[in-house]
Amino acid sequence: MDIEANKITAVIGPSGCGKSTFIRCLNRLHEVMPGARAAGEVWLGDIQIYDRGVDPAVIRRRVGMVFQRPNPLPTMSIFDNVAIGVRLKGLEPGESLKEIVKESLRQAGLLEEVAGRLHQPGAWLSGGQQQRLCLARALAVKPEVLLLDEPCSALDPASTLRIESLLRDLSREYTIVIVTHNMQQAARVSDNTAFLYEGELVEYAPTSELFTNPRSRRTEDYITGRFS
Amino acid sequence: MAYRSRSEHRPWGEQLFGGLTLAAALAILVLAVLLGYILADAAQPAMHKFGWRFLVTSRWDPVHEVFGALPVIYGTIVSSFLALLLALPLSLGIAIYLAELAPLWLRVPLSFLVELLAAIPSVVYGLWGLFVLVPWVRDSVEPFLARYLGFLPFFRGPFYGVGMLAAGFILAIMILPTISSISREVLLAVPNSQREALLALGATRWETIRLAVLPYGRQGILGAVILGLGRALGETMAVTMVIGNRAEISVSLFAFGQTMASLIVNEFSEAFSAIHTAVLLEVGLILFLITLTLNILARLLVWRVAKGMEGASGQ
Repeated sequence: MDIEANKITAVIGPSGCGKSTFIRCLNRLHEVMPGARAAGEVWLGDIQIYDRGVDPAVIRRRVGMVFQRPNPLPTMSIFDNVAIGVRLKGLEPGESLKEIVKESLRQAGLLEEVAGRLHQPGAWLSGGQQQRLCLARALAVKPEVLLLDEPCSALDPASTLRIESLLRDLSREYTIVIVTHNMQQAARVSDNTAFLYEGELVEYAPTSELFTNPRSRRTEDYITGRFS
Repeated sequence: MAYRSRSEHRPWGEQLFGGLTLAAALAILVLAVLLGYILADAAQPAMHKFGWRFLVTSRWDPVHEVFGALPVIYGTIVSSFLALLLALPLSLGIAIYLAELAPLWLRVPLSFLVELLAAIPSVVYGLWGLFVLVPWVRDSVEPFLARYLGFLPFFRGPFYGVGMLAAGFILAIMILPTISSISREVLLAVPNSQREALLALGATRWETIRLAVLPYGRQGILGAVILGLGRALGETMAVTMVIGNRAEISVSLFAFGQTMASLIVNEFSEAFSAIHTAVLLEVGLILFLITLTLNILARLLVWRVAKGMEGASGQ
């Protein structure tokens, strides 16, 4: 399966079909689970990320991730929450941490709401704001790929639409993979869609094609709601 | 309907059972209150006679019936904090290893072993302290400290082995299991989403622990430390056996000392005058109140982390 650069790829499928596991293989986060196992190859540009000698930390910096539930670090301020990844990586010469944090917050559509209170705890924000804070945190390390694991499942509809429109803007600069159990969301935001069922890739096609003219019977059954 | 009537007219056997267990639970509360009250009541003559001066004067003279608790308060605090200083880094290391790093097959036996340390009777620690620890402190630790850190007032004087330093060591070993096993539980209660937040940014394991796991659990770890401190303050037998039992304030850790608990256990059988008894009971009351307060505080802190910190999401 080829994930196109600067496009949004949605991964859909019923609960337990392996969407999250799949996406977590793309930044080697799956392997930190006790008992987890990964086989096969994942290519990022011309690197096979599971090759011996590839540092998972380097991969994770190039492939950022936003999780199902907002997970800001509760003991840190808004500023520190965004800055943490950059601090871990170290600043490039000529970069300003302040600028990076501001730019990331702007990209995540949060800057205006938190301007002037960057030093308050990140945990004081609302759920939707926290999720955008996590998005800003991921963007601050300037990844090439952005993985989102059901980023809106804990959010209200207004926050969800907010994130979706952000994703469309971000796709100009980033390659985005989004896991969702919400088919409307996949149809709304994505360019390509993959349908997973019981750990298997059933169909992978441009979104408009997959939703209007699915090739597989199982895809059709799923998107028409015959099972979920 | 049958379902409802059952809960309204419970059979008398069930009511009796409920009542009995409730009474048992209440008995604990009554016992604690009663204990405090009786201690306070029996210590009344001493409080009346010496007032607040009791806490800040140093002369302890049963023959002339002059009592000041400052040396034992000092000895209790110094030996306990010394123990904390020695035990904290090691306990945290154990907790981090057991909760975050140890392979699964090693976690259970190792955690069990740590908790087993807490089950050894205090007098056994005392014996071991007297015959193993004290000679080692006398022949190795104290000469070493005196030679290299002797410019500090804490490490001067003759090498007895027995004394404040030995008490600190033995207490450190005794509170190690408390601090490490509770810290371990606290770390295990930190949601995985916190670890993943850091890992997904390319953090190493150590960075993840340092920046996400430990800060999230810091209040609970503080609680574990306070529980350890509470245990050290009240520990009696082992300390009595190695501290030297002299109620004097000395800056040097090599000197003999005395704690509140060891004072009580040393003198209660020789306390013939009413005022002497009352004074010992007052020391007991102070110790009771301090350890009670510390334990409540510590439990609250641990409990707050275990139920999830407010405002922080995650599971």
